[in-house]
Amino acid sequence: MIQGLFHYEFLQNAFLTGIMIGILAPLLGVFIVVRRLSLIADALSHVTLAGIAASLLIENNFPMMAGLNPLYLGMVFSVGGSLFIEKLRGVYKHYQELAIPIILSSGIGLGVIFISLANGFNTDLFSYLFGSVSAVSRADLWVIFIISIVVIIVIISLYKELFLLSFDEEHAKASGIAAKSIHFIFIIMVALVIAASMRIVGILLVSSLMTLPVAASIRIAKGFKQTIFLSILFGEISVLGGLFTAYYLDLAPGGTIVMLAVLILVLVIFYKKIMINKHVDIGGEAK
Amino acid sequence: MQSIIEIKQLTYRYEKDTVLENINMTIPYGSFLAIVGPNGSGKSTLLKLILGLLKLQKGQILLFGQEITKFKDWQEVGYVSQKANSFNTGFPATVFEVVASGLTKKLGLFTFFKKEHAIKVNEALDAVGMKGYSNRNIGELSGGQQQRIFIARALVSEPRLLILDEPTVGVDAENVNSFYQMLGELNKSRNIALLLVTHDIGTISDRVSHVACLNKHLHFHGETKEFEQLRTEGVSEFYGHDVHLLAHHHEHGGV
Repeated sequence: MIQGLFHYEFLQNAFLTGIMIGILAPLLGVFIVVRRLSLIADALSHVTLAGIAASLLIENNFPMMAGLNPLYLGMVFSVGGSLFIEKLRGVYKHYQELAIPIILSSGIGLGVIFISLANGFNTDLFSYLFGSVSAVSRADLWVIFIISIVVIIVIISLYKELFLLSFDEEHAKASGIAAKSIHFIFIIMVALVIAASMRIVGILLVSSLMTLPVAASIRIAKGFKQTIFLSILFGEISVLGGLFTAYYLDLAPGGTIVMLAVLILVLVIFYKKIMINKHVDIGGEAK
Repeated sequence: MQSIIEIKQLTYRYEKDTVLENINMTIPYGSFLAIVGPNGSGKSTLLKLILGLLKLQKGQILLFGQEITKFKDWQEVGYVSQKANSFNTGFPATVFEVVASGLTKKLGLFTFFKKEHAIKVNEALDAVGMKGYSNRNIGELSGGQQQRIFIARALVSEPRLLILDEPTVGVDAENVNSFYQMLGELNKSRNIALLLVTHDIGTISDRVSHVACLNKHLHFHGETKEFEQLRTEGVSEFYGHDVHLLAHHHEHGGV
């Protein structure tokens, strides 16, 4: 495969994209998980599916639009969905999590209608659902590259504010932080990253790349920065390892990436258990 | 500019219930004021109004001589909420990171933490007696220690006023005294005005400089000495002119 990387453009595309989403998804995932919004990624990925299906439908019916990259409409839907979630969270002040299933089912419903109108599944749609090593085009790569730059700049610039908002929303508001605007910008970043990641991991598994590496790192990390660092490390190992395995065994990369992330999570949980037991054996205090 | 907070003819209603009525109050620089009152007496509402978390309906609040509606220097006001103990204890942040987050507003957007800020954080930890804890995860600490960390977070932006809403909820009984001792030292050595809402008048009366008794109206506001003198006649009298009304409050365990 190393040789393949030099020979085949599609492999280069897949790997460069993989490296980027291996950073982006866990980076945003840390903020999502600590704010207990893990399911938001699921809801938005299903809305993205509706956008992809809509794009494929348009392609089928209007041949002049055939060149349109489904990624764009996917992104539009995903960002739109994130706006709706925020609106609904305002409507159901006491049941804020309700916004997520509402948007999730609307996304699937709309997606299924578009798919049936476009005469059912085809291989293209299949690759969007489960990810693909060969589906990433040079154009996709550039879109994802630009998204990566934007997201990383935004997160670094707003790091202080995002940390305070995640840790203690009331305090953030009391100290005069523009909590609403910052949360809003963050959700749009999440929508963009989901659209960017789905080419490789697939829509159904995007959210796992945002949560599993974080779930592992949160068990062993000291502090927030270390949690981010370990999440990205675990994310990269899963994505790159998953792509290798998928290429050699001819599997859908989404599945292999996610199963590697699960494996890391299980190892970390065991490691932590052993460390605690050791602690008790020495006579230390169990934590 | 004489006083840190000036409240004039403040009235606040939740729908039809009047929670605060015609409150007039002046809090001078450097004072240590305890606001006491039964449950539902409007203490928390008053704090929220002073913090700008609730919108002013009637009356006027001046912070550092500025109208609260136009007030922008929120880094001058530190706040430690009652809810500090109900934060997500599994949150993966070190004590240092939590305290540093108190600088967020002061630094403003698009600026980063520098070395000099780390020095500020360590000073704040020192002031609350928590030096040496900076690399611990916040969830590993006891309730009382966490509350000290939240005070350090409020101190790090060097406020001139620190507002605390029942800060000893979740602090072990034996640590409450040393907690108040620390507050007293902050008040004296750093010359920070403290405004504290509390239930335990007994523990604090020898620490605070002023006491205010609130129950919809402001029934007493003055120096602690004066308060102690009157207190021998029974604390309940501070909460209302009417003795029957007071008996009513006692029945419900309000005071």
